[in-house]
Amino acid sequence: MAIDTETARRVAKLARIRVEDDALPALAAEFSAILGFIEQLNAVDVDGVEPMTSVTPQRLFRRDDVVTDGDRQAAVLANAPDAREGFFAVPKVVE
Amino acid sequence: MMTDTTNLTIAGARDALRRGDLTSAELTQTYLTAIDAADALNAFVHKTPEIAKSQAEAADQRLKAGNAPDLCGIPLGIKDLFCTKGVPSQAASRILEGFLPEYESTVTTQLFDAGAVMLGKLNMDEFAMGSSNETSVYGDAVNPWRVDDRKLTPGGSSGGSAAAVAAGLCLGATGTDTGGSIRQPAAFTGITGIKPTYGRVSRWGVVAFASSLDQAGPMTRDVRDAAIMLRAMSGFDPKDSTSADLPVPDFEAALTGDIRGKVIGIPREYRMDGMPAEIGKLWDDGTAMLRDAGAEIRDISLPHTQYALPAYYVIAPAEASSNLARYDGVRFGHRATLAPGDGITEMYEKTRAEGFGAEVQRRIMVGTYVLSAGFYDAYYNRARRVRALIKRDFDTVFADGVDAILTPATPSAAFGLGEMADADPIKMYLNDVFTVTVNLAGLPGISVPAGLDAQGLPLGLQLIGRPWEEGDLLNVAYSLERAAGFVAKPDRWW
Repeated sequence: MAIDTETARRVAKLARIRVEDDALPALAAEFSAILGFIEQLNAVDVDGVEPMTSVTPQRLFRRDDVVTDGDRQAAVLANAPDAREGFFAVPKVVE
Repeated sequence: MMTDTTNLTIAGARDALRRGDLTSAELTQTYLTAIDAADALNAFVHKTPEIAKSQAEAADQRLKAGNAPDLCGIPLGIKDLFCTKGVPSQAASRILEGFLPEYESTVTTQLFDAGAVMLGKLNMDEFAMGSSNETSVYGDAVNPWRVDDRKLTPGGSSGGSAAAVAAGLCLGATGTDTGGSIRQPAAFTGITGIKPTYGRVSRWGVVAFASSLDQAGPMTRDVRDAAIMLRAMSGFDPKDSTSADLPVPDFEAALTGDIRGKVIGIPREYRMDGMPAEIGKLWDDGTAMLRDAGAEIRDISLPHTQYALPAYYVIAPAEASSNLARYDGVRFGHRATLAPGDGITEMYEKTRAEGFGAEVQRRIMVGTYVLSAGFYDAYYNRARRVRALIKRDFDTVFADGVDAILTPATPSAAFGLGEMADADPIKMYLNDVFTVTVNLAGLPGISVPAGLDAQGLPLGLQLIGRPWEEGDLLNVAYSLERAAGFVAKPDRWW
């Protein structure tokens, strides 16, 4: 399946990665090549086969629903590019 | 006292430390010196000599007291993908520049509790996405093996780990393997690397790439060392919900070298069109060695093999696009400088465009596409169905009595850095053609050095085992290792 530049632009937007307009055609060509490779999967008969959800038959481990950690505000914020007054700081979200 | 680090093993050092023939402080200093002399390999990207010296001192106290664990005092390198408290842990990405974890991964916690010494963090492909260590923000790691003036790739994504072990810069290293990232670099550098069964080793504190495929494992000089180190890394961890609550056997004790009566499968689909003659010969030689050791050789079929790579290149990017959504410039790592009037969307988009390299961006976007409305069923669900069939192929041969499967580890020996720069991404993806099935099926797989190609570069063979039977798998690998007698070492040029 050939991916056009509009689709490439939409995917970049969904992925929240800025791609300049002049880079879109090359990106679309790469997507097309990779998706072309993936399309081999259409040759497989998958009728009646359930999509795999877990590679090992075990159930996911569940712990007791109790508080085991917390009260570590300084550690949580220590790596933030911008933290103020005990919060993560971001540019204005709502106009 | 000077130790020749290129010939020392974890087992040998363990025994010497216990006898008191050398101290961890001496051993650690020897490795720190070797690391400082090997900057040309660009394997260690964050050196931690102060931590190493203090851990070595503590290890020497423990050794004196007696009953120290196997890894007590053993100097190791840690892949940059593992979070290490207070030490840079960047997954070789610009987007995690300056990130200093406030916590320690379960694997490194277990290694340090066992007395291991951390020499530093090791180079890798960005977010473990690559097969040549050329997508790293730190620059390429370089293979200690060479045949002419060209610099060769150590493979990837655990390229720094492979280069460091092969060059004698550490006794062992942690690696991670999502599609072949332990086994392919091990093969390219003449060392041993095992990816255990999915769920054997905790993923907690390991930067996630594709959560249903990622497993950590050891990269070492030989099979015995892999057994020793794997035991220390393994075990149930309540912090990883996919970690298996199973006892961890003494893998080293499984190394008897006796494989008489074991059934070794040779999958016909792995004999690819255009397979280089020397890879085919290596595989035939390995088959003969196992037969001579008393194993029964059986031709088997894994009919969905050819669909493994395309299924992988749906599933892995899909999971990556979800896992890497967390890098948004808010909680950790890089944030782009914003222009006046930029809002939060511009912050996300600029931060991720600056912070992620080209291959990581490509995979995130492919993953976003295959998960997007209208394509989810056609791509993602179809790939997961094919994955179920790939696993069924293995289940069938194991149910028929096959104990382990022998294949080549890689389609070629190490190639030159930069040589694949203009190739399309799919050509690079073909490096994982023999290894990726194992991740999709959640099985243990090991790469063992088995010979040299015509140029004199190492080649590896892969053994694939039954789930949770790493001990048996390591024993077959041990038998192969003894028969192959691979002793070649890279000439020191760095």
